[in-house]
Amino acid sequence: MSLTVFALTGAALVGLGVYGLLALPHLLRRIMCFNLIGSGLFLFFGAAGARGVAVDAIPQALIITGIVVALSASALAVGLVVALARRTGHAALPDEDRTP
Amino acid sequence: MSALVIVLTLPLMTALTVLLLPARARVPVVLASSALIVLAAGALVLAVWHGGPVTLAVGGWAPPLGIALRADGLAAALIMMSALVMGAVALAAQFELTPDRVGVRMGFGFWPLMLLLWGALNAVYLSRDLFNLYVGIELLSLAAVALVALSGSAQALAAALRYMIFALAGSLLYLAGVVLAYGAHGTLDIGLLAVRVPAHTDALALALMTAGLLAKTALFPFHVWLPPAHAGAPAPASALLSALVPKASFLILIRLWFEAMPDLASGAALLVLAALGAIAVIWGGVLALVQKRLKLIIAYSTVAQLGYLFFIFPLAGGDGSAQPWAAGAWTGAMFQALSHGLAKAAMFLTAGIYIAAIGSDRLGDLRGLARSLPMTGFAFALAAITLMGLPPSGGFTAKYLLMTSAFAAGQWPWALVLAGGGVLAAAYLYRPIAALFAQGARTPARPIPRVWQAVPLVLAALSILLGLLSAIPFDLLQIGRPAPAQEGL
Repeated sequence: MSLTVFALTGAALVGLGVYGLLALPHLLRRIMCFNLIGSGLFLFFGAAGARGVAVDAIPQALIITGIVVALSASALAVGLVVALARRTGHAALPDEDRTP
Repeated sequence: MSALVIVLTLPLMTALTVLLLPARARVPVVLASSALIVLAAGALVLAVWHGGPVTLAVGGWAPPLGIALRADGLAAALIMMSALVMGAVALAAQFELTPDRVGVRMGFGFWPLMLLLWGALNAVYLSRDLFNLYVGIELLSLAAVALVALSGSAQALAAALRYMIFALAGSLLYLAGVVLAYGAHGTLDIGLLAVRVPAHTDALALALMTAGLLAKTALFPFHVWLPPAHAGAPAPASALLSALVPKASFLILIRLWFEAMPDLASGAALLVLAALGAIAVIWGGVLALVQKRLKLIIAYSTVAQLGYLFFIFPLAGGDGSAQPWAAGAWTGAMFQALSHGLAKAAMFLTAGIYIAAIGSDRLGDLRGLARSLPMTGFAFALAAITLMGLPPSGGFTAKYLLMTSAFAAGQWPWALVLAGGGVLAAAYLYRPIAALFAQGARTPARPIPRVWQAVPLVLAALSILLGLLSAIPFDLLQIGRPAPAQEGL
């Protein structure tokens, strides 16, 4: 029962993150949304991996690794956004003309 | 065994070492280390050639607890190709990215990022564990994004962020598939997944992972990040982004569809993948025709050339894997991956030479440059021969194998796309070649060191040589191939 709650919470976080990615142009918010989706997936992972009576250690190890990867990616993304905001004064992607 | 450890660890160790070195020692150390890795890659190819796939269980732990690394013929071939491209890029970058030419940040930042990218590539080629592949592809994406942003201009930063959004979305889709696969089977090892008891979530897991990897491979319609990323990046970084980075995610797709879950390869799914590839061939070719800058022509050409790779799915996947033409189709796609890597890297390096010589890559400014830079013009023409698929190049071998397989399988539409793509490639590459070999130079060229000019020439010659000596790579690629290899064609 409690595992289902964890899994559903994870799924809800992923949904929130995907909505934000599609709806919010501000780049910092987008980075937050990526982190939301990642956290939701990790939560779901923990719940999905806890099968049977014994605690499975592998999902925990993988989640920790995943958090490190997500943190590194977020750090780089924030650095890029700050640099872009300094150059252009906007923290959103310029809607460039797509016609070649 | 030791060669496998060297190609994995030496790039990462050198990347960290470079951060601590004084500026003078940086380039010699990177070049020495690159030479060592190229030698190790050659040793690995020889080991696979003589003794079959090389396997290493990290730390002595066997799967499912541990992580397995395995170099089959395909991995060895890709490691060798990447090592040659990386070595060439390092040689060109020591001339092109000097601090007084491009500023201190790019002159310093390129080297550790290049080596990180190299380590990540080799990790992806060798990993047999879905989560390990996730870490590898993420490291690869982060290094690639940083390379795009290296110049620090607003345009480059925006392109890097756009790329990063695609790459992160792709990573998360892939990760979601990994989570589902683990939840269903309790293992992430490719060999163990192959003998799993099928679960009803498998199709969704494979679909999520595939969608994520397509975004990273820049397959149509996920290609929109690729050309702007090339426009702002320095030429050596462009060479890596086009020649190598998409190959890593493509290899994971191959591992998934041919090794981990071949039972899920339904005809419809394979058809969708190949149809996207076919659209990419045409669309990329048409867009390459209308570009005015050499780098953008080459970038859109990448979109087109990557499309050919996906013909492997209907011709060698699913029910077709046991057919006599499967070996030809499978090897043809891999030949395309290898020869495109060599030729595309050569092309971007020639673009870098032209930018260094005249300060521009607009087609109009390139007029007559073949006269003042003959070696570079020759290198560009050789690389173009491979990309058009003309004999005797590696690109010709690739397209010939794919085309004969398509006819043997009765799937002639792919053969039509192959022919049409070749015509388009000839058309969009004719424009820069015509400009280069035209009479009367418009812009005087600065002198370029001969060694720098020789680098893309050697790479382009290798892509031709791949076609001349096609029997050896053909046999190497069969070693450890998942389906029963048949010499049907």
